[in-house]
Amino acid sequence: MKHSTALASVAVASDRFIRETGEPARAGSVTLRPARPAPAPAQPAGGSRWTRWLRLNRGLIRAGVLGLLSIAAFIALWHVLTENRLNIYVRFMNVPSPTQVLASAEQAFSDGRFLNHILISCRRILLGFSLATVIAVPLGLLMGRYLLLRELVFPVSEVLRPIPAIAWVPMSIMLWPTNEESIVFITFLGSLFPILINTLHGMATVDEVLVRAARCLGAREAATFREVYFPAALPQIFTGLTVGMGVAWVSLIAAEMISGQFGIGYFTWESYSLVQYSDIALGMICIGVLGLASSLAIRAVGSLITPWATRR
Amino acid sequence: MTATFHAPPGGAAKRGLIEVSGFSLSYETLDGAMPAVEDTDLVVRPGEFVSIIGPSGCGKSTLLNAVAGFLKPTAGRVTVDGEPVKGPGADRGMVFQQYSLFPWKTVRENVEFGLKMKGISADERTRSARTLLGLAGLSQFEDHYPDRLSGGMKQRVGIVRALATGPRVLLLDEPFGALDAQTRQIMQQILTNLWQRLEISVLFVTHDIDEAIFLSDRIYVMTARPGAIKAEVDVALPRPRDAGLALLPEFLALRAELAALIREESLKAMGGELNADALQGLAINLHGASIGDVI
Ligand SMILES: Nc1ncnc2c1ncn2[C@@H]1O[C@H](COP(=O)(O)OP(=O)(O)OP(=O)(O)O)[C@@H](O)[C@H]1O
Ligand SMILES: [Mg+2]
Repeated sequence: MKHSTALASVAVASDRFIRETGEPARAGSVTLRPARPAPAPAQPAGGSRWTRWLRLNRGLIRAGVLGLLSIAAFIALWHVLTENRLNIYVRFMNVPSPTQVLASAEQAFSDGRFLNHILISCRRILLGFSLATVIAVPLGLLMGRYLLLRELVFPVSEVLRPIPAIAWVPMSIMLWPTNEESIVFITFLGSLFPILINTLHGMATVDEVLVRAARCLGAREAATFREVYFPAALPQIFTGLTVGMGVAWVSLIAAEMISGQFGIGYFTWESYSLVQYSDIALGMICIGVLGLASSLAIRAVGSLITPWATRR
Repeated sequence: MTATFHAPPGGAAKRGLIEVSGFSLSYETLDGAMPAVEDTDLVVRPGEFVSIIGPSGCGKSTLLNAVAGFLKPTAGRVTVDGEPVKGPGADRGMVFQQYSLFPWKTVRENVEFGLKMKGISADERTRSARTLLGLAGLSQFEDHYPDRLSGGMKQRVGIVRALATGPRVLLLDEPFGALDAQTRQIMQQILTNLWQRLEISVLFVTHDIDEAIFLSDRIYVMTARPGAIKAEVDVALPRPRDAGLALLPEFLALRAELAALIREESLKAMGGELNADALQGLAINLHGASIGDVI
């Protein structure tokens, strides 16, 4: 700052070059405008925190409103197609209408059996997904850091990864003593690979200059891992967890439809066998809502613990 | 004050001697070993501010990274206070050309990082970090995440972070390369102030001649690749220096001299065909004719 005043005094030293506002301009003349008051720090017009939040999150609110509208439109279309029992190559004769599904939902929730199916499915997801997280995240971090481990584990994971969960059902039933364990195992496998791959990717994209900076500040191996690699990979890990959660539901439903006597997937399939068509739709909607809710929950946790990556 | 910066006892000015002798470094490539720096000697005395300038690709970063401990010399020695450099460490602070703040840490947490690695208590860390941030005019921003800072602020935080552990030497690799001219000048002033107050040795890499003169006690000019020291220039300009320095005849003479030295090497770096005469020829062709006429 000191030198800038010095510079100014050099350039503007002779008042021959200074003119008042309004005088005609001459070549090389300097016009000084009166100084303006300094702006108040971060106090924009338009009152409270709440209204400012509204303004900053306009995009979010808009997306929410449009989302609700599009869901309403979908239900309306469904209603029109089914109430009129349309038969336009695709046959809507036996498809339950929204009102029928609502009625069967009321009935289903009136006794505890349906709720029990949901709870059992949720428990399986929680178990399988947590196991996958606890194994895949540390494994991915270590594989990202230690080449030998990566070279040894990666080929196996690459061969197993394309096998869809449903193809694991027979093998899983052979492997595990109880049905419950084999279903949890399939859920676990489904979410394992997305989490592992994303963690690995997160590790691969850690900015080398940050690692160097940490080293220069005296960080050793363990500290570099904890303070640089792990937080740098965290946003990508959460992407993996979100994807993994989606695949966990896909795998779980497949497993429940094929084996077992409980769970929302079993409920949906059984409804078909029992010709309870509106229960099929109820089961499907439940799966959709549960899948969405669990993904949103993970995203919320993610933005809570990686504020630097998601904050605006 | 000294306690706050964890400066070593006995006066910081007595320490921070960098000696590079017979230094060569080659990179292994498919075409064989590519020498980047060859047979270089340089010294930074305790408390001195020394710059390295040279054409792009002449091995400035290579040399600096070897002093930092990221690269091992193929031949020769690098010592700091007589001890051979074995790897990176907190005794040599480094500021990088790229922004290198940890995005997941606030400004203050970034500055505290080195102290945390030293096992210093959270209270004391915070106090030290606040003092240094105050010196660099960053107190208001201590709770911001780096992505909300301007480029100049980021580099200021980078410098403060490197200084927080009380290093003997500070290494800077074109730290202001991405900043505009005005911000650069202010940053240079801030760096000078910090250097004088903390009494450390500085090895500064740049390709900006004015910047080198403004900051340094001494300047090493490097040759085109493979880099070696071409000239060593004493900057006998008085301190404190300000922007008015650029108007002194001594400054202008020094600058012309350095520019000639570097230009020679830049031409070499751009390939054998281009020489000063050829460029002169281009200029003569334009005499008397406007660009439009020529095209
Ligand atoms: N890892 C590497 N492998 C092979 N060659 C390299 C490697 N790193 C740098 N080089 C080469 O070594 C030479 C010196 O590189 P260096 O980065 O030290 O130059 P520099 O003087 O810092 O250049 P600049 O001013 O552009 O930053 C360059 O020609 C570069 O191409
Ligand atoms: Mg460089």
